[in-house]
Amino acid sequence: MSVDKDNVVKIANLSKISFKDHEIEKILVDLNQIIEWVDQLAEVDTDKISPTFSSFEDDKGMKKREDIVSDGDYREDITINAPNSEEGFFLVPKVID
Amino acid sequence: MNNLIEGKTGDWELVIGIEVHAQIISNSKLFSGSSTSFGSDHNTQVSFIDAGMPGMLPVINSVCVEQAIKTGLGLNAKINNFSIFDRKNYFYPDLPQGYQISQFEQPIVGNGMITIDLDNGESKNIGIERLHLEQDAGKSLHDQHPSYSFVDLNRSGVALMEIVSMPDMRSPEEAQAYVKKLRNIMKYLQTCDGNMEEGSLRADINVSVRKPGDDLGTRCEIKNVNSIKFIGQAIVYEAKRQIDIIEKGSLVEQQTRLFDPKKGQTRSMRSKEESHDYRYFPDPDLLPLTFTDDFVKEIEKTLPELPDVRRKRFIEEYGLSSYDSNILVSEKETADYFEEAIKNSNPKLVCNWIIGELFSVLNKMNKSIENCPIRAKDLGELINLIDNETITGRIAKDVFEIMLDTGNDPISIVESNNMKQVNNSSEIEAIIDKIIENNPDQVNALSEKPNLIGWFVGQTMKETGGKANPKTVNEILNKKLLNKG
Amino acid sequence: MKKLTELCLYEAREGLLNKDFTSKELVLDHIDKMESSRSLNAFITETPEIAIKSAEKSDLKLIKEENGELEGIPIGVKDMFCTKGVLTTASSKMLSNFIPPYESTVTGNLWSEGAVLLGKLNNDEFAMGSSNETSFYGPVINPWKGSNDKIDLVPGGSSGGSSASVAANIGLGALGTDTGGSIRQPASFTGTVGLKPTYGRCSRWGIIAFASSLDQAGPITRNVRDNSILLKSMCSHDTKDTTSSSKEIPNFENAVGRSIKGLKVGIPSEFFLKGMSNEIMEIWDKGKDWLKNSGAEIIDISLPNTKYALPCYYIIAPAEASSNLARYDGVRFGHSVKSSDINEMYKATRSEGFGDEVKRRIMIGTYVLSSGYYDAYYLKAQKVRSLITEDYSKVFKDVDVILTPSTPSSAFGLNEKSDDPISMYLNDIFTVPVNLAGLPAISVPAAHDSNGLPLGLQLIGRPFEEETIYSFAKIIEDCANFKNIENQWWLK
Repeated sequence: MSVDKDNVVKIANLSKISFKDHEIEKILVDLNQIIEWVDQLAEVDTDKISPTFSSFEDDKGMKKREDIVSDGDYREDITINAPNSEEGFFLVPKVID
Repeated sequence: MNNLIEGKTGDWELVIGIEVHAQIISNSKLFSGSSTSFGSDHNTQVSFIDAGMPGMLPVINSVCVEQAIKTGLGLNAKINNFSIFDRKNYFYPDLPQGYQISQFEQPIVGNGMITIDLDNGESKNIGIERLHLEQDAGKSLHDQHPSYSFVDLNRSGVALMEIVSMPDMRSPEEAQAYVKKLRNIMKYLQTCDGNMEEGSLRADINVSVRKPGDDLGTRCEIKNVNSIKFIGQAIVYEAKRQIDIIEKGSLVEQQTRLFDPKKGQTRSMRSKEESHDYRYFPDPDLLPLTFTDDFVKEIEKTLPELPDVRRKRFIEEYGLSSYDSNILVSEKETADYFEEAIKNSNPKLVCNWIIGELFSVLNKMNKSIENCPIRAKDLGELINLIDNETITGRIAKDVFEIMLDTGNDPISIVESNNMKQVNNSSEIEAIIDKIIENNPDQVNALSEKPNLIGWFVGQTMKETGGKANPKTVNEILNKKLLNKG
Repeated sequence: MKKLTELCLYEAREGLLNKDFTSKELVLDHIDKMESSRSLNAFITETPEIAIKSAEKSDLKLIKEENGELEGIPIGVKDMFCTKGVLTTASSKMLSNFIPPYESTVTGNLWSEGAVLLGKLNNDEFAMGSSNETSFYGPVINPWKGSNDKIDLVPGGSSGGSSASVAANIGLGALGTDTGGSIRQPASFTGTVGLKPTYGRCSRWGIIAFASSLDQAGPITRNVRDNSILLKSMCSHDTKDTTSSSKEIPNFENAVGRSIKGLKVGIPSEFFLKGMSNEIMEIWDKGKDWLKNSGAEIIDISLPNTKYALPCYYIIAPAEASSNLARYDGVRFGHSVKSSDINEMYKATRSEGFGDEVKRRIMIGTYVLSSGYYDAYYLKAQKVRSLITEDYSKVFKDVDVILTPSTPSSAFGLNEKSDDPISMYLNDIFTVPVNLAGLPAISVPAAHDSNGLPLGLQLIGRPFEEETIYSFAKIIEDCANFKNIENQWWLK
């Protein structure tokens, strides 16, 4: 498969990254090179193979927490790194549904 | 039942499917140890995990898993012993991780079915497609500042069950009955408190229209409708909107819409206009969720009696009508109230009082039965007082009013207000004799108009302040005036 | 007596316990070394005040004999580990102002054993890279020089600051993370010992995520024994990480020096690459001989899906990364660009905050997960991954360890490969399959190439058999008798 400019624009939009025109040319070349390279996986017969979900296995299954309140209640720590906050809220440009 | 909608070009059929987001009752969130309680100060119930801080990892809450299984069992659904948590990727200010942990291809609960009860006494089966576990998002407040939205992450990471119905509903009433029934089942199971005002239960409604027999039309999804009433209004509006569009020769556009309760209209959601590609993939921070059949069986043993079973029992055990039983069980709290009230009293009378007097008063006061000022035990006691002829039915209504105002128990009200029924026939006879003596004209007219006997009953009750045993009054009057008995 | 910075970890441990010197003396010498080695650009943040304070505390504990297993030992920490109150950047502009209000489990474990933080080490941005050239804070310079001493060499990546600092004797060990070779490849490039533990051995909690199903923390040290000591203190069963193992944590140091007699070593034919240098082949052969002479049996094995490991990795790792890095949106922490529109804010923030390689991987990752491509790429890669894992499980029925070269070449020059992503990715050809299968593996310095640069050999073990790896690694270390850097040219 190969990637065209429209793909790149769409993917960039999904990734919330913007590229300048000359950057798009470069990323297009890079992506196509990489995609062409990973395309060799197509030759592997995986018809009866189930995908890996994790390389971690636990005989007892996924670890679970008890349902107790053991975290939270430190608003200061939550907002201390926020670029824009007020009265313990995070501020973002107005979003209207 | 014919649910067709009349249009200019003929009849239309409405097709409705509903996705309900139900907040799981749990102390802590789905993947973190912060609290889920409602109404706390903003951003206080937020851990580093819920805020999507770098390096933070999810660990699943065991109770949330059990609650989902319990709900699945309550929906007569297939429980999947192997399910996968996926990441649903999109950017939004109230989604701190940049993805929501949800379940996509392999949910914890598969196909199921519930029976809804319609006002006309009919019932209908509605298919459940699936139930899956997912995280709730935070909340953005838009009215705090002219150019900024304020983000509160208290809800971020709270456990939700998304319950997806089949497109089996054909009218607003059916849709409302479905959500009511679902809510009721979850309340019985204590897996969701069903509180729509606080957002514990929200419905996304998929609406489309078609000519009967045609293929499904293009659907619109109305997001986050948060009351049973609005569900009805939104569907009615949306159906009409779509029919108008098609009848004008245009096509319905597949859209996500919002219901505006003030205008009673739906409108297209601006933020969802961009086409989405959620790039679901299994969350590598988690493992497949697995459990044994025995684990499910253990949970099954703890299931409470569900509304359909309870209704059947009310009919068989208490001799109530199917109609009355249905009303009682349709809210768990009402059925609980009823069963508490009848511990020592007559079930049929209690049922009549709840459905009659109590409901009408609660309605007027705009209160739900959980906040009823009259304790169930006291209502039962009041009915006992009527049943064992301690007070008359008329006095009972006065006692009921006093109970509402004061919250006092009926026995002490009757005692302190001297409201006991007068059963002493000589006492009543003396009063009646006096009335006969003072009203010769009425006595004379009786032979012409036998119905005037009612007037004498009224006079007697008036004289006794309504306390006279009506049976005794009738007997004496009949004997004295009509020479009967 | 040796200069204190010339001691290795276990020697320093002994010296501290014998009261030959204090932790403060040890730490001060290391701080001096750190400050006079700034030309290597190994550290992003130096924490001398914290180090001195901890050293003083450690000295008290040592006097009272209440010492932990790493009491008073100065180490460096890759800037992927969140350290409470200390700038943690992932070497990205995106986090250039991020001070975590929490401590990663692994570093927390070290501090509770008495280790002393010297500073935060440079790495490739978000650990994406094999040369440390993608760092927002500039490249790290390898303390090793080839015959042409005008050429600066890369220290490998992504744990380039970790490998360079250990090779340059700044710290008695360093923490790295390894997603596709990011500990072993830089260890090989700098003549140090680097272990990637079994996936699940060390908690990932508080480590900035790159690719969650592959990331694993591990130690880089100057010798095998030091490595085993550091690993022991890093490990714990962490209830905050779903993928943290509850398996017993052995005293790895006991395995160092253990006999390998009768154990079996697999040599995978698929690791013989066309065009691989004779030097690499020779050192690999030497390794075989050393192990054979120490009583191990050498067996030829086949790992048929090896050639698919790199493309498989370059689908899975970017896919996970594209999602893991979605949280960098300028709202709750990190770099943020103001705008009146939320989408513009996201785009400006992320376009400015991320460097080219990170953006490239986010783009690949987004592409392989996007609708219409998921099955052909992501799902396919996870299936191929199952095949690769299966290759190893089969082979490990017959052998106890697998011996391979660590890297296809020795350290290359700065800017030599930075324009060609695929030739850069090929650096990880021997290390990547190990991450896909979740196995433990070590790189041990084995020889110098004709240019005088270090070359490492890699030993891969069964899941949770780091002990076996250490036993074998110690044999190679002893046989190789590897000589460390002699000319400390970078010192100011």
